[in-house]
Order: sequence, then C-alpha cells, then structure tokens
Amino acid sequence: MIDFLQIIVSGIAVGSSYALMGLAMVIIYKTTEVPNFVQGEMALISVFLAFMIINSYGAPVYVAFPCALAFAAVLGGFLEFAVLRRAKEPNILSLIVITMGLEMVLMGIVSWKFGADAKTMPFPISPYDSVALGEIFISGLELLTMLTALVLMIAIFLFYRFSKLGVAMKATQQNKVAARLMGIRTNRINLLTWGMSSVVGCVAGLLISPVVMDPYMMWDPMLKGFTAAVVGGMTSLPGSVVGAYIVGVIEHLFGAYVSIEFKSVVAFAIIVLVLCIKPSGLFTRHYVKKV
Amino acid sequence: MGTLLDIKNIETYYGLIYAIRGASLTVEEGTVTAILGNNGAGKSTILKTVMGLIEDQPDKGAIEYMGRRIDGMDTEDIVQLGISYVPEGREVFEELSVRENLLMGAYTRKDKLGVEGDLERMYEYFPVLRERETQWAGTLSGGEQQMLAIARGLMTRPRLLLLDEPSLGLSPILVKEIFKIIRTINDEGVTILLVEQNARMALNVSQAGLILENGRFVMKGKSEDLKEDKDVKEFYMGVRSEASLKGYQRWKRKKAWR
Repeated sequence: MIDFLQIIVSGIAVGSSYALMGLAMVIIYKTTEVPNFVQGEMALISVFLAFMIINSYGAPVYVAFPCALAFAAVLGGFLEFAVLRRAKEPNILSLIVITMGLEMVLMGIVSWKFGADAKTMPFPISPYDSVALGEIFISGLELLTMLTALVLMIAIFLFYRFSKLGVAMKATQQNKVAARLMGIRTNRINLLTWGMSSVVGCVAGLLISPVVMDPYMMWDPMLKGFTAAVVGGMTSLPGSVVGAYIVGVIEHLFGAYVSIEFKSVVAFAIIVLVLCIKPSGLFTRHYVKKV
Repeated sequence: MGTLLDIKNIETYYGLIYAIRGASLTVEEGTVTAILGNNGAGKSTILKTVMGLIEDQPDKGAIEYMGRRIDGMDTEDIVQLGISYVPEGREVFEELSVRENLLMGAYTRKDKLGVEGDLERMYEYFPVLRERETQWAGTLSGGEQQMLAIARGLMTRPRLLLLDEPSLGLSPILVKEIFKIIRTINDEGVTILLVEQNARMALNVSQAGLILENGRFVMKGKSEDLKEDKDVKEFYMGVRSEASLKGYQRWKRKKAWR
C-alpha cells in the first residue's frame, strides 16, 4: 500500500512539471490558437542562459533565475512579433510547421553554443535529499515543483478570471474582430500572451534542470505537457493541470507494474485514448456555435 | 449641430471585388441616418471601411470625423475617437459572461465610476441582460445577443454609433423593440448611422436616408420624402402601386435612376 501511495505521489510530482508546460501551451493556445511546439525550446534557451550567467559570471542563483525569466518573456514576445505575426492567415498545419521549425532552430543554437553533453545546474535545493511525509518520501525539488505549479496555476486562473487584461485575452481568442472594435490592441495582447507563457515554460525548465540538463531536456516534458493539454481540452487551465497529474500518475503506475521500458510511451497512448473517447478533451465546456 | 462624419467619394475593394464605387455621405450630429439597400449593395462594406476593418482601404477618397481624417487609421484608434460599430450578426464574445462582454466594451475607459454607471444604464435599457448577467453570452437567444451587442457598443460612450443590420434574424416584435431602443439612444444624444434591409422601420426612425445600389448611392433625401417616393415604396417597402382592378400589376416598374 505504501508502495502504491509512493508511486502516486511521485507521479503527481512529475506531473507538476508537465502541468507547468501544459499551462504554458494552454495560455498560448487559449489566446492565439497556436499549438506551440517551440514552448520547450523557449524554456531551454532561457535555462541555458541562467546556466551561463551562473557559470561564466559567477552570479548567484537568485540573480540568474530572474534574468532567465525576464529573458524568457522577451524571447516569447520576440518570436510572436518576428515570426508568428508575419504569417498571413495561417492554418493549423502551417502553424505547427512554423513552431516546429523554430523549435529546431533554438535547439540547434543551444547545442552549437553549449555543446550536446549533459551539464549540472547548480541549484540550491538538491533533487536527491528527501523529505519524509509519514512513510512516503519526496525529494525537496519535487516538493518545490508541486508547490510552484500549484501557486502559478492559481495565479493564472485568477488572472484570467478577474483581471481586465486576462478577460481581454479571452475575448481576443473568441472574436478577434470584435475585440479590435472594443479598442483592444490584439497584436499587443498576443505579444503579452507569448511573453507570459514563455515565463511559465521557463519556470518548468528551471525546475527540471537540476535533474537533467542537455539540449534535449525539454523535449519529453513538452510532449507530456502537450498531452496534458490535449487531455484537458487545450483551452482549459485546470484541465491541463489535472491532465498533467493523470499523465504523471499513469506513467508511474505503468512503469512500476507493467514495464519500465515503455513508461514514457504511455502518454501518447493516453492521447489516442482521449481523442477516441472525448475528442474535445475531458474538461472543456466549450460552447459549440449554433449555426 | 455640425457634420460629424463626412465620407468623401470613397472607393473600396473587398478582396478582388470592387464593392464601393464612389460613395459620399454626411452624417449630421444628433441625427439618425439610414442606409438602405439590397443584399450585396455594399452597405456593410461602407461601415467596415469607416472602421478601418478592411486592410489598406478605402482605395480612393477620404473619411473625415469631426474634421479629422480617419481613413488609414487603425481600428483601435478609430474606436478611441468615439465611433462604435455594432457588427452584423452580433459577434458577441460567446464564452464570456454578459457582464464581461459589457466590460470589454469599456476596455479603453479609465473612469471606473462612469463605467459602473453605464453598466446600470445598459441594464435599464435591456432588463433581460441583467437577468442573464453571469450567463455565457453564447447561450443567449439571437435577440438577446443583438441587445448585448448594442449595449456593448454603447459602453464605449460613442458619439457616433454605427449599427449594421440590427434587425437581422429577429422576430417582428423584437425588431420593434430594437428600433424603440435606437430612438431612445438617439434621444440621449448619440448620433447613429444605421444600415438596414428593413426599409420601413429604418425610415421611420431616421431623419435622413440614402439608398445604395451596386456600390453607389442612387438616392438621398429626408426620410419622410423617401417614404413617399414611388420607387422606394415599390422596391424597398414592397408596396405595389397602381394595381389593376383584379389586383395585379400588369407592367414592371422601372427604377427612375436606371
């Protein structure tokens, strides 16, 4: 029984970093309807920037991480402004191709600049020291990830619910022309959305970096985050978080009881299953337009 | 009362279609002006051109608002000047609540008290919106959505309100109600430019009317005069003139402007 609980808790802990990636993708999809496959690499490049600041300039973590977050915000905004805004009336396929292309470019830059070998991020909280909660053990880093995910999720939820800017972001997604007619500068909204999402992704990247850090570190979390977002219905913030926990827990259960080798494939089986059973996602209450 | 909006001989391409072929009109402050015309005459295109919603248009001509050229400006800036456009087919934010929709209308406004006051005023104009306050706008009926769209347009506190087919797809009772509200809004000092297919209603509520055909204005005048015009009666209000004793017309009337 303890074993089982331990697996569940570890699953949720892993799910938390997926949740952050999922949130980041949902934020962008919610406003701009771009399936953003460059999400992971935007975080990747910011994480390596933090690494560079720490290693080359000897700056402490609490300086380097905010720098990375700020850089992530600028990078997100820049990509929207320089690339996605230029795409004239893109369809979903071209958006996927554009973001995939950007993803490869950014990953290439990181491998070229920093090399493809694994690095170690100096992080104040070790991923190997455990905290005991009763008989269940959880590493300090996992705990931090869980808490961060929770706090960010609540903050983002409140932002979309109550702030004028958040509602304007939702309005922009639902009807761009009408939003412009309200005087909402939709271009600026898109820019801000990308910046915000990039920051959330960067947080996920920074929390993953103590465990693995190489140019491919974000690929897996991003795909899992994408899975979580699809499970949650792509536009639902709580949906993507719950989806991420589901993916994390199922993955761990599968790894423990069925086969450790196929552990990371499970996520994609979940995508297929969800798309077969409820294609709109498990948690959407999307209003279907009556024609 | 001066001229609020002055459209000077504009030509607009809608994609490859030459939609507006030289149209001029003026809207006097404090009045209701109606543009009538058939499907595809270019009525909506004129409004969209004014709002700057069609990229790089108008191709020729000028649009002046309070003596200032606004053609070529961004939609967002035009809205800030005090022009509000209620688009055809309502276009509410379907997954926002009614209240949020109205607040989005006041997005550019900074005066919180004024916004609250206007919100109250909208609920007085349209009591049904108060009942539906927390409901998603997409779940409202067509008529309620139209009311919401008009209320949202008014939330920007416009001097000039452009209404694009407010009666589209509504039942006759609702149409009457909407037009009653249009009159109320006008009485409170908002100038209105109205685009309609329902000629009778539009001419009843307006002081000036224009008839648009194939991208050109073919007739202008006071609404009372237009209402009495034989051509307008026949082609836009469906009144058959000079029927024979047996009740049918034996010849086809030709428009005077053709």
